[in-house]
Amino acid sequence: MKTHLHALLGAVAASALALPVLAQDPVTLTIATVNNGDMIRMQGLTDAFTEAHPDIALQWVTLEENTLRQNVTTDIATNGGQYDIMTIGTYEVPIWGARGWLAPLNFSAGYDVDDLLPPIRAGLTVDGNLYAAPFYGESSMVMYRADLMEAAGLEMPEAPTWDFIEQAATAMTDKDAGVYGICLRGKAGWGENMAFLTAMSNSFGARWFDMDWQPQFDSPEWAATIDTYLRLMENYGPPGASSNGFNENLTLFQQGKCGMWIDATVAASFVTDPNNSTVADDVAFALAPDTGLGKRGNWLWAWSLAIPNSSAHQDAATTFIEWATSKDYLALVADHEGWANVPPGTRTSLYENPDYAQVPFAAITLASINSADPIHPSVQDVPYTGVQFVAIPEFQSIGTSVGQEFAAALAGQKSAADALAAAQALTLQEMEAAGYYD
Amino acid sequence: MARAVSIRRKSLNTFWAWLVALILFFPILWTVLTSFKPEAQAVASPPLFVDFDWTLQNYRDVQAQRAYFGYFWNSVVIALGSTGLGVLIGIPAAWSMAFVPGRHTRDLLMWMLSTKMMPAVGVLVPIYLIFRDLGLLDTRTGLVVVVMLMNLPIIIWMLYTYFKEIPGEILEAARMDGATLGKEILYVLTPMAVPGIASTLLLNIILAWNEAFWTLNLAVVKAAPLSKFISGFSSPEGLFYAKLSAASTMAIAPILILGWFSQKQLVRGLTFGAVK
Repeated sequence: MKTHLHALLGAVAASALALPVLAQDPVTLTIATVNNGDMIRMQGLTDAFTEAHPDIALQWVTLEENTLRQNVTTDIATNGGQYDIMTIGTYEVPIWGARGWLAPLNFSAGYDVDDLLPPIRAGLTVDGNLYAAPFYGESSMVMYRADLMEAAGLEMPEAPTWDFIEQAATAMTDKDAGVYGICLRGKAGWGENMAFLTAMSNSFGARWFDMDWQPQFDSPEWAATIDTYLRLMENYGPPGASSNGFNENLTLFQQGKCGMWIDATVAASFVTDPNNSTVADDVAFALAPDTGLGKRGNWLWAWSLAIPNSSAHQDAATTFIEWATSKDYLALVADHEGWANVPPGTRTSLYENPDYAQVPFAAITLASINSADPIHPSVQDVPYTGVQFVAIPEFQSIGTSVGQEFAAALAGQKSAADALAAAQALTLQEMEAAGYYD
Repeated sequence: MARAVSIRRKSLNTFWAWLVALILFFPILWTVLTSFKPEAQAVASPPLFVDFDWTLQNYRDVQAQRAYFGYFWNSVVIALGSTGLGVLIGIPAAWSMAFVPGRHTRDLLMWMLSTKMMPAVGVLVPIYLIFRDLGLLDTRTGLVVVVMLMNLPIIIWMLYTYFKEIPGEILEAARMDGATLGKEILYVLTPMAVPGIASTLLLNIILAWNEAFWTLNLAVVKAAPLSKFISGFSSPEGLFYAKLSAASTMAIAPILILGWFSQKQLVRGLTFGAVK
């Protein structure tokens, strides 16, 4: 009898404890993200997630990239707790991870973290902890007009040199017909022209800082980088190039006005889309150029999902990130939208998939990503990580200021030597103010 | 003697007025036109003026991606709430400065104006922390207060200017007739300053509607107004101008319509002042 009573009391107590849990509202995750095709596609496919997890609701905040960066930086730095998941890039992860602002991600065994592409994983790992899961990854490469290359009597090597690029640009340029041999980023900004120029400088053996954090814009390697860039753009580039970023060059290329364009691998799906590109059938790809020093001029970036430590729903957030960056999610996108629309550049298994291998830019994207090394970006020793950026908090400001100097040189407002000298002086000044030389 | 104005001069003035109006209106017109273009034609070079494939697809895409009405309603609450609250605070403040000025009233007015010259980002972190601790982040109440504070100097300055034109003797007469301070402001001053108050209200509703720093930084989802709605349609990698234009057109349409219907009131209030 006594046992029965105990059992009854136990059952009542258990029910009482369980009731609040059963009556609980679903957890609502607030996810801050950027507006790009892959992210919008994911928002359309989240029914599959919420059906499998009825206790988790999703709330999206889609923002322009700079606004997103400002919003999430303010929130995370002040422990605001407004977001449960943030879409951040390979620039933020090492800095925020090291500061303890992000929760380390521990996924179930089925997630297969070893399947993540090694360079991408390395860029998102701090002290052995993965702080963000890549949603899509990209490098940069040469996209070119095979028809113009053939007409010029040249053949693009799979891994061209900058000398060949200049030779091809000379041969392809026909300004009277409105065709420019090469289109490159010129718009000032740490994520605009400086992403391209920093990656390009790696292939010329340059580096931003030596091991004592002294800026290196007075080095012959940087002079060679900027001279080559300006020579290419002045002789074979489109007019007004100092205001061209990704979207402007994409438009020029799609309208048949560029012989070659060196930019993000993600552009491949746009330039080969016959609905928007007039040259869709004539596009071919090659690795970013080099000068034979052992580093190519390609970058590495991954939009990734991370959990701020201030989130009150870290378990639910981990569940969502595990779903959104899983192999199953890639298969789900392929089912709904086809393999060409699967978020690229995150998993080795995707590139081993025979269906995905049919996508014309799959192999070159993988080769480009694998040839980037965020831990050793330059042939010389450097005290920082990051291929097309320097992963220090000061870089956004310094990078944009230096970018303005090089954009001014491209616009003809100052010489290459003056722009480099100004870049050297302002970087030194900002680093000194930030306390790097105490 | 009335000055004779030649037909030539009149035509020239009319031409310049139209030219200036067109230059001012062109960005809005271009945004509206772009919103009806397919993405590829939105960036065509040379630009297409009206000879393109007109489509409503961008509006459908924008609505499919994000529900417009929630953002619209937040904008209405923030614009009306902040302006209403601002005028409630501004009328007594402007009254005291206009009719019972102290030794430092002028300095106070200049100081209030000077706060408008400070870059808002300079106080972002302190205000964010205060909002966090008071639980005001992503709330309409918080945004009403902060937008009101941003516009308060302009409200007080505008009302002060109108009140200064009202003869103090009228208020004195009311006082001699036994009106209390509240009645003096409510029944004597306010009716005489209606055009001024109306133009203050309208201008500040427009300013609050267009506010895009605090609303972008302090709102997340629940209190997000149209500034946040537009921001999501700009893309770092991919064409977005047509969809962004559609979102912008949807965001500015209500305030443009309000401005259109109230332009007489707005111009009269801004140019003539309260009492002649």
